[in-house]
Amino acid sequence: MKIGVLALQGDFEAHERRLAELGAQPVAVRYARQLDAIDGLILPGGESTANLLLLKGEGLWEPLRRFAAEKPVLGTCAGAILLAREVAGPSQRSLGAMDFAIERNAYGRQIDSSIRRVEPERAFTERTRPGALEAVLIRAPIVRSVGPQVEVLIRDGKDPIMLEQGPRLAATFHAELTDDTRVHELFLAKVGRR
Amino acid sequence: MYLTDEFRLKVGLAEQLKGGVIMDVTNAEQARIAQNAGAAAVMALERVPADIRKEGGVARMANIAVIREIMETVSIPVMAKVRIGHFAEAMVLEALHVDYIDESEVLTPADEEHHIDKRGFKTPFVCGARNLGEALRRIGEGAAMIRTKGEAGSGNIVEAVRHMRAIQREMKQLTVTGKDELPAAAKELQSPLELVEWTAARGKLPTPNFSAGGIATPADAALVMSLGAEAVFVGSGIFKSADPERRAAAVVKATTFYSDPDKLLEACADLGEPMPGLEIGKIAQDDLLQTRGW
Repeated sequence: MKIGVLALQGDFEAHERRLAELGAQPVAVRYARQLDAIDGLILPGGESTANLLLLKGEGLWEPLRRFAAEKPVLGTCAGAILLAREVAGPSQRSLGAMDFAIERNAYGRQIDSSIRRVEPERAFTERTRPGALEAVLIRAPIVRSVGPQVEVLIRDGKDPIMLEQGPRLAATFHAELTDDTRVHELFLAKVGRR
Repeated sequence: MYLTDEFRLKVGLAEQLKGGVIMDVTNAEQARIAQNAGAAAVMALERVPADIRKEGGVARMANIAVIREIMETVSIPVMAKVRIGHFAEAMVLEALHVDYIDESEVLTPADEEHHIDKRGFKTPFVCGARNLGEALRRIGEGAAMIRTKGEAGSGNIVEAVRHMRAIQREMKQLTVTGKDELPAAAKELQSPLELVEWTAARGKLPTPNFSAGGIATPADAALVMSLGAEAVFVGSGIFKSADPERRAAAVVKATTFYSDPDKLLEACADLGEPMPGLEIGKIAQDDLLQTRGW
């Protein structure tokens, strides 16, 4: 299974390592033409403003929007921001591939970053494995509202931190920065089923 | 130490900056230009290194009002510099909630023997290094990101190249050093054995390894990325050039597409004049910034 990782700016290498660990073939995606040759795509963490500028400047925006509208995509942190329907704090363009509203840097600055231990919803554990999950939240966004088509897979208190809509997954935490492989396993399972 | 939540969060932010460009800015307007050009973060300081070099005098932590205005203006991470060993300046920046602190040789050192004990801070630190031993000593003190020192404000890439090559070469050597020889290697490197062992097992630093000091053109950024830098800092190179907006965007592009000749050509074309450069041999020994810190 070939899984692309958008490799313009951010922690794409951590995702590539995780994919290789799980037996998938990671592909660092920097050009639109590469989107035709992959089964799924990960939008990594990084700075969403930097990623937006590169996406637009390098002719990737439209091809990526079309890809995300149909194919399996996993976005973590800045990647989740790209997938959202609406972005605040400050507002910026997004792919609108999933029906949720998100606020950037909503916990505060780096000093407010944290690692939380959370109990995922059954919709997550039944398809992976039971047990608490470590959510690494770094200058993370907060999901402010979720549309009817979106299922919440993991919450931290009342805040949804992982969402699913069709073939797409969004996590506000960095699943690539822990030893817990369940988020990527779930994504690969979704890609495999198609 | 590496497995604590706190250290993982510090390194975690550095991970997010990979493949990106961190730009020196001296006011909110420059910070806005940097963000609009695709900077992954900005570094707030009072004067860029080229001006510090020219004007002389004691260079200190930037004016708090300026740092605060920059923090209010941009949504990307904001870093700021403190003098080597000046833990009180670092306390001030932590209280201000800057995202990263650079204990920097570009400012005038406050302590000629001791670097800051960075383990006591919740705010992550980046420190400069010229070789592997220096890098591992800083990480031992709690730094969560290493950058080459290069020679700041020179517009000359030669020192950053020297330092990046030295770090890569020394790491490679460690990977083929016997386990029983690592204690002697640690002594030679003047670094904690635990960190030397970690590096030997993996052939990389326990933290991200970025490049700084003398990067003035998109091609310079591509060069250090090709040599193993995971992101670049650009100091005087942008706002001392003829067209900062275009140059900033071009360096961002070159950092992402560092191995693609056609994209590099696009990045290098029509840029206007770069900052003037200095020959390292013509800089008086006393004026070298890289020899500050140990």
